[in-house]
Amino acid sequence: MVPLLCLWLVTLNEKTASLPVPMRNSASDDNINMAAPVALHLEFGGGAELLFDGVKEHHVTLPDQLDPWDMKQLLVWIKENLLKERPELFVQGDTVRPGILVLINDADWELMGELQYELQDKDNIVFISTLHGG
Amino acid sequence: MCQVDEEYNVHLENKVTPSVSKKCVKCKENTAVLIIRAGDAFCSCCFKEYFIHKFRAMLGKNRVIFPGEKVLLAVSGGPASSSMLSQVQEGLSRDAPKKLRFVPGIIYVDEGGVSGQSMEERKRAVSQLESVFRATDYPYYIVQLEQVFSLPSSVLDVGSSATKNPQNGSSYKAAVDQFIQTSQNQHPDLSVKNALSQLSSLSMHEAQTGGSSPIPPGQTEALQRLFASVRTLTAKQDLLQTLRHHLILHTARTERYSKVMMGDSCSRLAVKLLSNISLGRGASLAADTGFSDSRYGDVVIVRPMRDYSSKEIAYYNRMFDIASVFIPSLDTKAQDKASIQRLTESFVTKLQTDFPSTVSTIYRTSEKLHTACPPQNTNTQTSDKCLLCTCTLDTKTEFSAFQATLISEQLSQRRGPGANVRQGQCCSAEGHCGSGENGCCPSAKVPGPLDLKSMLCYSCRLTIKDMTAVDTLPQYIVSEAEQRNRRSQMREEISEFLLEEEEDEAQSF
Ligand SMILES: [Zn+2]
Ligand SMILES: [Zn+2]
Repeated sequence: MVPLLCLWLVTLNEKTASLPVPMRNSASDDNINMAAPVALHLEFGGGAELLFDGVKEHHVTLPDQLDPWDMKQLLVWIKENLLKERPELFVQGDTVRPGILVLINDADWELMGELQYELQDKDNIVFISTLHGG
Repeated sequence: MCQVDEEYNVHLENKVTPSVSKKCVKCKENTAVLIIRAGDAFCSCCFKEYFIHKFRAMLGKNRVIFPGEKVLLAVSGGPASSSMLSQVQEGLSRDAPKKLRFVPGIIYVDEGGVSGQSMEERKRAVSQLESVFRATDYPYYIVQLEQVFSLPSSVLDVGSSATKNPQNGSSYKAAVDQFIQTSQNQHPDLSVKNALSQLSSLSMHEAQTGGSSPIPPGQTEALQRLFASVRTLTAKQDLLQTLRHHLILHTARTERYSKVMMGDSCSRLAVKLLSNISLGRGASLAADTGFSDSRYGDVVIVRPMRDYSSKEIAYYNRMFDIASVFIPSLDTKAQDKASIQRLTESFVTKLQTDFPSTVSTIYRTSEKLHTACPPQNTNTQTSDKCLLCTCTLDTKTEFSAFQATLISEQLSQRRGPGANVRQGQCCSAEGHCGSGENGCCPSAKVPGPLDLKSMLCYSCRLTIKDMTAVDTLPQYIVSEAEQRNRRSQMREEISEFLLEEEEDEAQSF
């Protein structure tokens, strides 16, 4: 599992047409993610980056908490810590604004449980706006 | 298209629960990475195949692009048109039976002058795009929006449709066969290669003269004045689209392209369809959103990306590393209610998240409109076409909503019975038009707002109505309007000598 992740991190910057990482075995994760800090690679594209000072890539570490982090909490965290302006153009209600696609480790978040997805250390989360003008 | 749907409908499933890896519905082996349409999960391999197949199927089904024909790809740098470019490259690099056989060129319209970009930002965007274009080896044309101020008024003429290729199935097949034979007699595909190399040498020249040439002083300011005189974002977006089309059309004509490919996705077209209805463009809906649009006569617009959703395109571009360049536009960071187009987009995308078949349902409607309506008649006179968007004038029908609005407008303005005179006769009477009392002719040369209006379709009238001053319009529009005005005046003067059937038309001016 770990070497696989490293391999994926190496290829990350090259953005090769590599296949996405297969999903994790949740059973083995239960004993490692407790209280461990969650470092994430966030990426914004399609114009969504404009709401983040034009910065496309962000390396962030989420603070420790008892329960594992999920996507829903991540969105709140992004809104409070990263978003520079116009939050309504990024989040609406407790999810992303319609028209913004979310990829978790290069796979459609609809396949990963969307807001309920439990974040793992070194996850790669991508937000792409498909709206006209970003 | 439909068969593909039926094939996958069997596998319709509800949204998957987390941490259960789902298999691809097509190969049933690999782990799915994306859900498209109503719940079909694809692995990246099968998705690529599906995506590429769809492009060729779209062109194959419609059969409007002939082998050896010059096709201009309108690339904005956005995901859909960049994806279209990659599909053309893919199709042209294939081996014999599956190979696309047209001769592509690329046009990019730099609109940075109206969206408030600095010269540096514009140059940076252009150089990013140029490196993408150069990699294709196709000729490319970089056109700044400012060039509308040097367009000739002939752009607004309707060209005679190139009927050397009759548009039916059998002759299409004959043309393909002939093409294959001639190219086999030479070296395989030598003709295309020759044409390509000729063109690319041409493009180097063009890139130096047209592309990198500095914008004449004052034109960016003139452009900004023009857009500043438009009160609403709705009308600004509409005007921008019109000007963009004129530039693309002009380039296509001068460089002898007979087809222009636009990268409208089905998500985009669904928004366009609904917003065009709200904008009063119902009459030209089929041409505005269909696969092909022949309103310009000699240059036909085709939309090969109309089967792809914006989600499919975004995923494809990311997975297979298709470069796209984000360039801010008029509606960047705009609120949902900033314009009709923007509001419609947010309405459709919101609906789409809850009901994933929204976009395809709207899009299917446009498909039906396209086949049910006859293609816009290209034989009609230029004077029967809208000055700005070249659609057939919808304002001459007697019982349209437009006439009703006009009547109620006249009634509510409570002008005297003489008010109607303003439309036509007044100015036509040898230039004596009592400008003292009514001021019906603001100036002898520049057509007044009403004169311009009579040459516009209902929707373009609304756009012009949102302008505080029409004298900011580029010269080619003004001079074409003047010319049409003179022509209609002349027709009116000689109207009593014309045959009966013409009378009807002359009156409506
Ligand atoms: Zn598959
Ligand atoms: Zn019009």
